[in-house]
Amino acid sequence: MSTAAKPTPVEARLATLDLPRGGAFAPARAEALARLGAMGLPGRRDEYWRWTDPASLNAPAAIPAKPLEINDEAPVFDTVDRVKLVFVDGVFDAAASDAPELAGVEISRLAEAADLHWAAGLYGALETAGQKPVARPFAALNTAAATDGVLIRVTGRAARPINLIYVHNSEVSDPILHHVIKLEEGAELTLLETGPAGARFNKVMEVDVAKAARFHHIRVQGRDHERRAITHIFARVGEAALFKSFTLTANGMLTRNECVIDIVGNDAMAHVAGAALGDGATGAFLHDDTVFVTHGAERGESRQVFKKVLKHGAVGTFQGKILVKPGAQKTDGYQISQSLLLDDDSQFLAKPELEIYADDVKCSHGSTTGAIDETALFYLRSRGVPMEEAVALMVISFVADALGEIEDEGLRDEIQSRLEAWLARHRG
Amino acid sequence: MNQELDIREGVDRETVETVVNMGSYKYGWDTDIEMDYAPKGISEDIVRLISAKNAEPEWMLAWRLDAYRRWVGMAQPDWALLKVPAIDYQDLYYYARPKSMETKPKSLDEVDPKLLATYEKLGIPLKEQLILAGVEGAEHIVEGERQVAVDAVFDSVSVGTTFKDKLAEAGVIFCSISEAIKEHPELVKKYLGSVVPQSDNFFATLNSAVFSDGSFVYVPPGTRCPMELSTYFRINAENTGQFERTLIICDRGAYVSYLEGCTAPKRDTAQLHAAVVEIVVLEDAEVKYSTVQNWFPGDEEGKGGIYNFVTKRADCREARAKVMWTQVETGSAITWKYPSCILRGDESQGEFYSIAIANNFQQADTGTKMIHLGRDTRSRIVSKGISAGQAQNTYRGLVSMHPRAKNSRNYTQCDSLLIGDKCGAHTVPYIEVKNNSSRVEHEATTSKVDDDQLFYCRARGMDEEEAVALVVNGFCREVLQALPMEFAMEAQSLVAISLEGSVG
Repeated sequence: MSTAAKPTPVEARLATLDLPRGGAFAPARAEALARLGAMGLPGRRDEYWRWTDPASLNAPAAIPAKPLEINDEAPVFDTVDRVKLVFVDGVFDAAASDAPELAGVEISRLAEAADLHWAAGLYGALETAGQKPVARPFAALNTAAATDGVLIRVTGRAARPINLIYVHNSEVSDPILHHVIKLEEGAELTLLETGPAGARFNKVMEVDVAKAARFHHIRVQGRDHERRAITHIFARVGEAALFKSFTLTANGMLTRNECVIDIVGNDAMAHVAGAALGDGATGAFLHDDTVFVTHGAERGESRQVFKKVLKHGAVGTFQGKILVKPGAQKTDGYQISQSLLLDDDSQFLAKPELEIYADDVKCSHGSTTGAIDETALFYLRSRGVPMEEAVALMVISFVADALGEIEDEGLRDEIQSRLEAWLARHRG
Repeated sequence: MNQELDIREGVDRETVETVVNMGSYKYGWDTDIEMDYAPKGISEDIVRLISAKNAEPEWMLAWRLDAYRRWVGMAQPDWALLKVPAIDYQDLYYYARPKSMETKPKSLDEVDPKLLATYEKLGIPLKEQLILAGVEGAEHIVEGERQVAVDAVFDSVSVGTTFKDKLAEAGVIFCSISEAIKEHPELVKKYLGSVVPQSDNFFATLNSAVFSDGSFVYVPPGTRCPMELSTYFRINAENTGQFERTLIICDRGAYVSYLEGCTAPKRDTAQLHAAVVEIVVLEDAEVKYSTVQNWFPGDEEGKGGIYNFVTKRADCREARAKVMWTQVETGSAITWKYPSCILRGDESQGEFYSIAIANNFQQADTGTKMIHLGRDTRSRIVSKGISAGQAQNTYRGLVSMHPRAKNSRNYTQCDSLLIGDKCGAHTVPYIEVKNNSSRVEHEATTSKVDDDQLFYCRARGMDEEEAVALVVNGFCREVLQALPMEFAMEAQSLVAISLEGSVG
């Protein structure tokens, strides 16, 4: 009889993984493993998991999820001139991808990175910095165990966006991807992410935005009813740099998107926005946006704009924080989280936090929850607009502020059309 | 400092006080009254002793012991944004009362004159002092004017209650909780611990085990309490934790306004205060509970000061019950306080108006909980936090709309003001909405004192401190207006006093 103690949740989780060995990132992976061991996997009693049960993310194996066959609409961003990089169930598919060539951009694959790689000093570094003051165990797990991902270094202005496409084929796929993106001084890149990736998806993206560089990120999670995802963005934003991220989430059993932004240079700007459309009738829908913006420099501007439309028992969660460090004077921090509950079964749970240690700042947050405005609905109906169309109009105007954070008009229109299509599919 | 306060002929009293108060805590003195201490530390024996000293019935002792046994297994909470120095619970006194109170005075004439002098310094109006002192005809003098009934708590034992007859006429019971345990056991048994259960939280459980005294109010059905009820708390003996227990029951259709104000003498050793206030509001009844908390905040270097860990909760148990918390928190080194409303009855209402000022090294983590359980319930939160010096000020709140709380509303406004670049202002609201017919709105802003407004005031000849006080008073206006008259004036000057030395 073995007398070995019952494995801890971390041990049980690691036992199912084939941890990558050697290479440029081995030291960073070893440190991440130690971090994970020290912090353990989260539980419901953890303050930052009070509203989202991490059990299915902690479990050694992913709960099987059937990939959704989509025949009723073209893939997202299909008409956009872009460089496609395709991952099928977490494995890079060179045949399905475009040649990774783009002027002013250096692209390599994490799984094939050379022993001396420019990203060696960056891989896991922003994740490590983002572990304080709040532990993010799934990100540490990712750094230790990620099997693939892209390493992108931008030195100029990228002429075309890069599109990371995550295909979900296998019912039991459980991919862990880790991307590192470095924008050198004055560089610019638009990164698109689309697709559900797997039955369960753990993704970390570390983004280092140097002086006067500009980074645009637009992500469409889904459509897939059954997948579960935990994603992290760790961004460091330098002087006069710009970081912008927008996420559209439609469907998915459980999605937790964490975004950790550290503003380190003066006059920097960071905007994070999200629109989540949840219909619990497809199984379950839980969407969790957890954002932490730290202002560590002067005259920084940050915006968090999150909108959720929920029905049939869907649950939306928002945990947002603005931390203004001592000396980060003239900071302008803004945060809004709003939720539209289309029926009586859905829930919205929010914790919009401010922690401020500098006096000459302007920080505010707002949060509202409620049903569709009956008066406005009545107005539309009295003008002859059919009920369903009136609701759709109200929903679109409700999420408009979040969509407004997408600078490129073409991309914004694309997102809006997806949103309208979702509404058409989820009537009643 | 005591003797310097004596007023010489020809010298304006206020002048003397102003001079004396410069740079030090206004109420930083103590009265030399012999104290009767229980031994230091907490144990079942101490709990038994406290119960015995109050001559409590067996059921009360059993209740306390139950709480104590639960408390032993609990840990001090650490989730607040506070740096709390380690508290040695075995190094505190859990019971202290003036020696002259060992046998209760037959009449107020027997009250220690020094105690009466204490009330004078506390600013208890002269007329009420006359009544407290038992001067013949005093009741008559006050007739026709606005009346306030005072149940003064000096350290741990209530020493006297005024206006008792007048209240008795209306059927209102206003007495110390120890008296209520003896005189009205059926009410105490029914309601004590029904809003804040024995094991609610670490500090409330401690209080349940060792509470020494406090106030009890019962307003019978359909009665409008004929006067504002008021309690003055004072912490006076060094190292004596104060564990007040207040229980207010407002029966159907009744109304009462309760004022609580406190000051404490200056001491180097930090003092622990863990009070519990329970309010039960029945159908169509309304309770207003107003607090001005001005305990010793510690000196300019952050030395000393009161640790204030308070549990206050109101239960709107039946339909259309209403409760309104108003607080002005300017004192204490550490404030941990969340007056809450359980809106259980349909159409019940809860309101919370708060000003929290933290200066020098003060730390405040305060806010409210609005738990909407009934249909058509309403709540409103207005919180104004002011941080100066090196202080940290946090608003922490919860608004929860349960699935059954259809058609409910909440509006929350919490604003923070920062004075100086070494302090902190934080907001930690929790919002939980579980039905869609309810509407929840939350707004928060953080800013500094507006330069244009300051400049305007300065240009009109105000010095910087006056100008800041004026601007801050404007910032707090909404809350100050919610206070009863008696408190509003005091609170306004308190705002200015609390910010002394924060500019320039």
